[in-house]
Amino acid sequence: MSTTLFSKRLSKELIDLKINPPAGIEVAESDTFKCWKLSLDGVEGTLYAGERFTLEFRFTPNYPMESPEVVFVGNIPIHPHIYSNGHICLNVLYNQWSPVLSVRSVCLSIQSMLSSCTTKEPPPDNNHYVKTAKASPKQTQWSFHDDSV
Amino acid sequence: MSVQSDDDLMYEDSCPDSDEDCELEDVDNDEEVIADEDDADFNFTDVVAEKDRKKSYEVEFKVHSIQDIVKNQDEEVTHVSDMLRIQKQHAATLLRHFCWNKERLIERYMDATEEVLKTAGVIINDSMRPRFVKVPGFVCDICCDDDKDIETLALSCGHRFCQNCYKHYLTQKIKEEGESRRISCMANGCNVIVDENTVELVVDVDIHERYRTLLNRTYVDDNESLRWCPAPSCEYAIECHVPQASLTSIVPTVECSCSFRFCFGCSLPDHQPSICTLVKRWIKKCEDDSETANWISAHTKECGKCHSTIEKNGGCNHMTCRKCKYEFCWVCMGPWSEHGTSWYNCNRYDERSSQDARDQQAKSRASLERYLHYYNRFANHEQSAKLDRELYNKTEKKMEEMQQTSNLSWIEVQFLKKAVDTLVQCRMTLKWTYAFAFYLSRNNQTEIFEDNQRDLEMAVEQLSELLEKPIEPEKIGELKEQVLNKTVYVSDRREILLVDTAKGLLEERWEYQVDITS
Repeated sequence: MSTTLFSKRLSKELIDLKINPPAGIEVAESDTFKCWKLSLDGVEGTLYAGERFTLEFRFTPNYPMESPEVVFVGNIPIHPHIYSNGHICLNVLYNQWSPVLSVRSVCLSIQSMLSSCTTKEPPPDNNHYVKTAKASPKQTQWSFHDDSV
Repeated sequence: MSVQSDDDLMYEDSCPDSDEDCELEDVDNDEEVIADEDDADFNFTDVVAEKDRKKSYEVEFKVHSIQDIVKNQDEEVTHVSDMLRIQKQHAATLLRHFCWNKERLIERYMDATEEVLKTAGVIINDSMRPRFVKVPGFVCDICCDDDKDIETLALSCGHRFCQNCYKHYLTQKIKEEGESRRISCMANGCNVIVDENTVELVVDVDIHERYRTLLNRTYVDDNESLRWCPAPSCEYAIECHVPQASLTSIVPTVECSCSFRFCFGCSLPDHQPSICTLVKRWIKKCEDDSETANWISAHTKECGKCHSTIEKNGGCNHMTCRKCKYEFCWVCMGPWSEHGTSWYNCNRYDERSSQDARDQQAKSRASLERYLHYYNRFANHEQSAKLDRELYNKTEKKMEEMQQTSNLSWIEVQFLKKAVDTLVQCRMTLKWTYAFAFYLSRNNQTEIFEDNQRDLEMAVEQLSELLEKPIEPEKIGELKEQVLNKTVYVSDRREILLVDTAKGLLEERWEYQVDITS
């Protein structure tokens, strides 16, 4: 039963993303329901204009009840909430996840997080975090204190 | 019960007009202590009253079974539900949000009802009771199902999802994440809590059972005056109203119905008379030091400058500390620079700088010696308690044999079990007196404490020795009498020590070498 919900939901999301893709977001790889890659373009008129990034989504069979694991891979944007290992500090990816959210809504949140950035700089604790963090960002105890960016 | 305790003396003082009465009472006490089953009928009520009265080192507590815990929750919920005129499931959600602090909930609810409901995730709307309904044209936002036959459900916030998704979601939360009281509506950013009735409506029976168990667990975990018995597979919880803040003046020892004795303050096994914070420090210190301390003391010296411990495993007397690069002589511990060219040979043992270096060393060794003094006694009692138990097991076997070969009855040898229990309990107390004494400053109070400690220690060793004696059937009566007398005496000594220590804690009479507030 769990697998039907999981695969049904992901196929719907995939079709929706392909037929009606949001601006600057494109599915790059979706061969399995375990891991997807999406490309994300920096929006014109923002600090990231002209840049292209790749987001990796990893799903468990409990998706969408459980949040997907979302990280940047390859070219990592320099941003106060994005660590140089690709981990993203964004509440909806962790404790504020809701099953109503989707791959599309997560991509849009991240895109808007990039667009509202005013200075390209890494998080203040980047060096320490990257050295000590686990492979999965979901193992980190995040504290969310800055809603402005 | 103590025959020689202050209380009895006070009692005697308080009835000077009837000396005879008092004496009678005392005789009765003696008998009562020595042979419980021979309880005289007269003055029975007095004895009971005496027994019921809490000793100064004891605290009030109550043992609750799972059924009690369920019942208590029900009563609290009903009370709040009646008082605030809200449905039971909402009252329960509110109580859980306030960690079962009923008074604070009611106070805050009266002050700011809207705010309380909002932060607790409750919307009171009797017309919107969650139930399964079929809604024409409904599409579930989660599974995207738009079948017209699907059952849907919405909490009082109105966010509607299909039955299947709700079931998945709740099962995931309960089974995988162990969540119970904080499961909120599935909609993004909605904090309305899924109430008990809705959970029961949606999930399978086994999941619902798990949910109830988790709720019971949080009831005890969230409640400051409740604690689970830490004994393995024990399901009782203890209620005790000693706040965390008073743990520097009380050692709240409780005993579960499974007979496990532990400290309500820290859940560690009974550690009277030592207070929790010193117990924690002591355990940590022992973990850090004890294994290696002996060896270090015997085989190493300390660098005169940085106090690193150094083992000399060969080579000449010219030592260079690996850590701080200080150069010194292994023989006199003085700085090497003063040794000129007399390598391999130290003739500066009595020079000032060498003496200073050795003094420094002696001081730090002395502190280690002091620790070992206490640690060895602490560890000794722990070990002896184990041996006493083994001894009892052996004796018990022997008793069984004797029962078959002689005309002794089982009941006649039961006094041994009582003696061993007392012995083990006293050893536990003694053990922790050493941890406590280690942190006490040297003063008169400490001396009194150590006198009490010594008295108990001697009594315990005497009882232990008695129990080691071989049991001969013809002398069993004599042995029984001796053991019974000693057992009573040992309990008295323990009582005196515990009463005095507990009083000292309340009066803040003890001075410590460490800051216990940190």
